[in-house]
Amino acid sequence: MTVISPFWTNLDQIFVLLQQWIESFFPLWLQPAVGSVLGVVAIVAAFPGIFALTTVLERKGLGRMQNRLGPNRVGPLGILQPVADGIKSLTKEDIVPLTADAAVHFLAPVVLVIAVFLGFAVLPIGRNMVLANLDAGLLFFFAIGASTELSIFMAGWSSRNKYSLLGAMRAVAQMISYEVPLLLSSVVAVMITGSLSTVKIVEAQSGFTGIFPHWYVFTPWGFAGFTLFVIAALAETNRSPFDLPEGESELVAGYFTEYSGFKFALFFLGEYLGMFSIAGFAITLFLGGWGAPLSVLSFIPSWAWFFAKLFCAICFFIWLRGTLPRLRQDQLMNFAWKFMLPMSLLNLLVAAAWRFLPEGPSRWVVCSAVLLAAYVLLGRVLMRHQHLGARSYRYAD
Amino acid sequence: MIFGLSLVFILTSILTVAGALAAALLRNLVHCALSLTVTFAGLALLYLQLDAQFAGFAQILIYIGAVAILVVFAILLTRGSGIPEHRSFSSSWLAGLVISAGVFSLLSWAVIESIPASAARATPQLTVQKIGQALMSSYVLPLEIVAVLLTVALIGAVIVAMPESSKGGAK
Repeated sequence: MTVISPFWTNLDQIFVLLQQWIESFFPLWLQPAVGSVLGVVAIVAAFPGIFALTTVLERKGLGRMQNRLGPNRVGPLGILQPVADGIKSLTKEDIVPLTADAAVHFLAPVVLVIAVFLGFAVLPIGRNMVLANLDAGLLFFFAIGASTELSIFMAGWSSRNKYSLLGAMRAVAQMISYEVPLLLSSVVAVMITGSLSTVKIVEAQSGFTGIFPHWYVFTPWGFAGFTLFVIAALAETNRSPFDLPEGESELVAGYFTEYSGFKFALFFLGEYLGMFSIAGFAITLFLGGWGAPLSVLSFIPSWAWFFAKLFCAICFFIWLRGTLPRLRQDQLMNFAWKFMLPMSLLNLLVAAAWRFLPEGPSRWVVCSAVLLAAYVLLGRVLMRHQHLGARSYRYAD
Repeated sequence: MIFGLSLVFILTSILTVAGALAAALLRNLVHCALSLTVTFAGLALLYLQLDAQFAGFAQILIYIGAVAILVVFAILLTRGSGIPEHRSFSSSWLAGLVISAGVFSLLSWAVIESIPASAARATPQLTVQKIGQALMSSYVLPLEIVAVLLTVALIGAVIVAMPESSKGGAK
């Protein structure tokens, strides 16, 4: 282990030290409560800030991919666009349809944002930086994630609009279907770590061989699990190519068609925060959490690594949105139940085999071969009846 | 502390009972289902207060994430959404009251009887890891039986839902 100078250690723990410093102004019995409040305030301030930056990044990035400029009027290079968007959504008239169920219509975005914020509670952002180190942290995250479905249903149903209801039905069906592979693909990390605690999962990946880290993604089962998790996460957050619930060309805007002004902004916020938290969990489970990617770089503060990885994940999501076309409903369901589910179940077996096979190159070969063979075979079988070829224009002949 | 109960307990129990009452008394069926969800959440909070993390999170995951969604879907698929046509008090409310009071008293009698006097004080130290180990060692057979049962139910549901035309020669 290299000796790290006190400066870097302090920088690594700067937020923890800051929290303790503020706590020291309060009487002893109040300190735990003050510490929790500070943690909550930090999360509630930091992630919406990232959300604001992401909206600019996404609009600029998508603009680049679609050969246009994107926002470039507010501030230098359009960086202040989120401020303008925020003021606009705050001052816009809040329209509630006459026939809408006012109470449920109001509650839906609130429930969504609360549920999404709760997910951040168990996310280890850095060394010693987790709001609640729960024994069953991962279970907590999935439980909270499951309750966002209900808020989406509430939004779609209470609007009394056929597009809203269709969008909500699609969203709930999609989220329930993809929750199964999402859960099963994350179980492999739990199996190998032997704990549901997010902090322990990160700690288990914090070692190095030579200069390379022990991230789970660098094992056959970890790579398969990570890929499945990311696909399911995309579907779970209704991001492209799984954005059928809000497919604007078919459903106007899906379940939030009838929302305007600040409530619409809340939905937008909830959706992006959901994306951050699920990306954060992909990082925690498979990409070593706040760990450095090379041992020589571990002097850089742990939180910086976490946010750097989060930034890469966000860029990846934007890239996918700019390049992939939207799936059809039957393709979506077939993919979830006929490909994702068998693969994630098989991955569980492979992870168990990895755990009990003797260490060495043999288990690498066996596990990789099983996964690769399953991938190829399953793909072949599923593609057999898909007549893929040059596109034919039925109506243009 | 009020009457020996903590403030958090009183608040969560008020929330739970209010949700249950609303679920029984509201006129709109979807509203009833949503208030039932509040009750589920309140129960989960009560479990968490008792340091039963696994039970609490499983309650949220299963009851709010799955059962509530199922209830709501069943309402939407079986009748026109949101037409408040159902009456809170049916004609047989007296019989219902007697039956539910009987079930409640029987269950509470069973619960009170089954608590040994000494167990009231000692809170068991149960971590999620211990629950997992117990499920995988001493309770592995019941777990497997439940798993098989659920798989059979799933396959049965798929067979029921299959289109009639796929039966082929049965016409």
